Amino acid sequence: MHLRSQLNVFKLKIALTFKKIDMSKPTIIVVGNGMVGYKFCEKLLARSSQFQIIVFGEEPRHAYDRVHLSEYFADKTADDLSLSTLSWYAENNIQLHLDDPIQEINKTEKTIHSLKGVKLHYDYLVLATGSSAFVPDIPGIEKDGVFVYRTIEDLELIKACAVNARSGAVMGGGLLGLEAAKALMDLGIAEPHVIEFAPRLMPRQIDSAGSNMLQLKLKQLGLHIHLNKSTAAIVGDKKIEALRFNDDSLLVVDMLVISAGIRPRDELAKLTGLHVGTRGGIIVNEKMQTSDEHIYAIGECALYEGMIYGLVAPGYEMADIVAAHLTQADKSFYGYDMSTKLKLIGVDVASFGDAFITEPDCRTILFEDTHKGIYKRINITNDGKNLLGGILIGDADAYNMLLQTVNNKMILPPDPEDLILGLRGAEANAGAGIMSLPDDALICSCEAVSKASICSAVNEQGITSIDGMKKCNKAGTGCGGCIPLVKDLIAGTLKANGQYVKNTICEHFDYSRQELFDMVKINGLKNYDLVLDHYGKGDGCEVCKPVVASILSSLWNDVIVKQEAIQDSNDRFLANIQKGGTYSVVPRIPGGEITPDKLIVIGQVAKRYGLYTKITGGQRIDLFGAHLSDLPLIWEELIDAGFESGHAYGKALRTVKSCVGSTWCRFGLHDSVTFAIEIEDRYKGIRAPHKLKGGVSGCVRECAEAQSKDFGIIATEKGWNLYVCGNGGSKPQHAQLLATDIDKETLVKYLDRFLMFYIKTADQLTRTATWLNKLDGGMSYLKNVIINDSLGLAAQLEEEMQSLVDTYHCEWKEAINDPAMRKRFAHFINAPDEKDPHALFEPMRQQVKAREW
Amino acid sequence: METAIATEWILACYVDDVPENGGSCIKHGDEQIAIFNFTRRGEWYATQNLCPHKQQMAISRGMIGSTGDACEPKVACPFHKKAFSLLTGECIGEEELAIKTYPVKVADGKVFVGIA
Repeated sequence: MHLRSQLNVFKLKIALTFKKIDMSKPTIIVVGNGMVGYKFCEKLLARSSQFQIIVFGEEPRHAYDRVHLSEYFADKTADDLSLSTLSWYAENNIQLHLDDPIQEINKTEKTIHSLKGVKLHYDYLVLATGSSAFVPDIPGIEKDGVFVYRTIEDLELIKACAVNARSGAVMGGGLLGLEAAKALMDLGIAEPHVIEFAPRLMPRQIDSAGSNMLQLKLKQLGLHIHLNKSTAAIVGDKKIEALRFNDDSLLVVDMLVISAGIRPRDELAKLTGLHVGTRGGIIVNEKMQTSDEHIYAIGECALYEGMIYGLVAPGYEMADIVAAHLTQADKSFYGYDMSTKLKLIGVDVASFGDAFITEPDCRTILFEDTHKGIYKRINITNDGKNLLGGILIGDADAYNMLLQTVNNKMILPPDPEDLILGLRGAEANAGAGIMSLPDDALICSCEAVSKASICSAVNEQGITSIDGMKKCNKAGTGCGGCIPLVKDLIAGTLKANGQYVKNTICEHFDYSRQELFDMVKINGLKNYDLVLDHYGKGDGCEVCKPVVASILSSLWNDVIVKQEAIQDSNDRFLANIQKGGTYSVVPRIPGGEITPDKLIVIGQVAKRYGLYTKITGGQRIDLFGAHLSDLPLIWEELIDAGFESGHAYGKALRTVKSCVGSTWCRFGLHDSVTFAIEIEDRYKGIRAPHKLKGGVSGCVRECAEAQSKDFGIIATEKGWNLYVCGNGGSKPQHAQLLATDIDKETLVKYLDRFLMFYIKTADQLTRTATWLNKLDGGMSYLKNVIINDSLGLAAQLEEEMQSLVDTYHCEWKEAINDPAMRKRFAHFINAPDEKDPHALFEPMRQQVKAREW
Repeated sequence: METAIATEWILACYVDDVPENGGSCIKHGDEQIAIFNFTRRGEWYATQNLCPHKQQMAISRGMIGSTGDACEPKVACPFHKKAFSLLTGECIGEEELAIKTYPVKVADGKVFVGIA
């Protein structure tokens, strides 16, 4: 009796926990919350809301991106890799059971049992159990220091072990093995090895010539490659010490990652009595149904016509086929194109169509450049009309177009070698090839987006950006490989419509900011009207006026309020306009260092003028609620006390945040505060396309959060590291390392060049992070310009920056000392002593706030 | 502007009170009026100072310019860049918002605004 009542309580608990289950809808249970299991939920929801979806996942995390797992070591966190948020499941009324594998399926009663004791009925069951790493039966495989590479947990174990490891090996030279090798390199393993049983790398994707080229490139990057090696035993006491091969040679390693292939997770299916293949895999038909019609299998656990599809795109396709079948739509699986393009340890590798077909069944065109490490092979039909497949190593830019040419059976040009060699001197006709694709050409294979749907998104919904396209039809959200093609299609469609794609400033100037910057400079134009007369039309507007004002300031550094009417309101009144029409005042506090006397002055000023005070994110103090006519009076007092303008109102250097550094901190390596003050004093007042923020940290603990700034400086044992182009804000981005262990003088030199290069070339209102993201060649290009002086501009950039530094002036000092300028700081020009009666405040925590609008 | 209703012309300010190609605000009783010195076109305009979008007294601090092939003169509120025609007071792009405009006369360095 007692036991039974306990059981009833337990049942009740379950019922309560899952009270939201809608019994009127057919229930679909998804076993597995990997990429494909997740995609199935998404695809089904897109087609119908008539199902109750329940998901069981064995891992403690909800579905994450396994394709980009190696980035977990580089810069991404587990959250970055997540495919969705937990709230997504809740919003879509999906019951998600994590960390709870299914133990048993009763296909007669149509029920499942989970490890944690959940028992549920299903109408349809979808097995998306994925695969596990294949671990060969080698003596010693159980020793410590031997890992597989499959989940975030695996990665964490590898990470922990790598801390004390000098040399590490990966068993398996396939696609995943090389990914794992990259992970080891990212973890700082000094001596990374790859061991492959076959005579070449990536035997499923590339030929021996391609493998040779890949090896050459990877060796240059520090990877040791051993081919034709069969491991006989793992040597070591408790922990791995070495690998012994069949040829009796020995390789001493501290750790081993096994990546020798995958095994479909079919044990649950086997237990249930579903048909499985002799070498594993749950047998499915073209609708992805297993031998039980109510049970489907998708992804890497499914075996279709004797084949396991170990890529994500076919898995997504299978997910869509089940979703289609459940909603009575007609869609079937007929195999999948296993073409692939990836960047392995920085080397492009691609293989598409029939990569291995040889003469006499086809003709082959080869290109090999051992100097640059490029190998290209295309296989064409004997009549030279169609492309069958090929391999690209070292430069895979042509991949998307070549794949489209194969898939759409496009007729080849008379000189098919142009496809891999380019037009060599002839006029390039970029984009034309893409636009000639048929409408149903599959552009994004992960999300099954066709050329027609991308073009119609441009034509009918006015979408012109990758971000917009991702939101509109998900193109490019999977592996991201098609993004260049999507970009070209957007540009091509716009061009076909006669729209010219150019970042012009506004309707008055048909130039980009950079073009205008150069022209204003060359012609020495010093005011807005002259610039408009020379290069613009009409009377200007609120977009181009501040852009030109910023250019004039960056070039000639004159007092900006001399041309007040072209300044943004904040620059016109040298303060930030706030709710109610009052302004906030931010005096400069370089490096965040301030004396008690100065703090007292700020307090006194705030009290006298009734200002709300708050510490800003940039280590200074903001005084809110100043009436326009009080601004010169406030600044008079502040300037008397030794303050200067903080340029919080301008597209200019804001602050250089610092930690306390070696003067007080027991960890500090160098004096970060002094350096921050020097840097802030150097660049203060300089106008840029957008605001600029900096940070200086005295050690690697990075208390100044310098890596979230436009430029960040971090002390090292030997000097300073310089990071650039970081950003906080709505799209945070870490700054990237530009130079390592440099001294102060070199750092200032690089920073001069960097900032001036940004000021001269960025579009208006573009922060350094976005500027870098759009810069062709990215960080390596920037490094070349700044450090190696590849454009021959370094001396000029330094000189231009020095001239801006030399012409610094405090704008507020100029303004309060000029009666004409001072006169402008009045709300009513015919009653200068009266304040705006509409600027009202309400009390809040012993201070005031602006009245709500 | 030449209507039968008698327009009262008030002395608003002096020409050099308003920056070139910019605006200033004057007080007329409880009314706040924005006055614009469109030097580039040799024209003067006046509107209400209140931006109807968020009820802020700020139009006079906005930037002026023109738009379209007909070079329609306009002013953009500094708060959220809502732009209004200086001729009709209509909000460009958002018809439901509009501001009042006033006739302006300049004589002997003095600026007069017509109050209906």
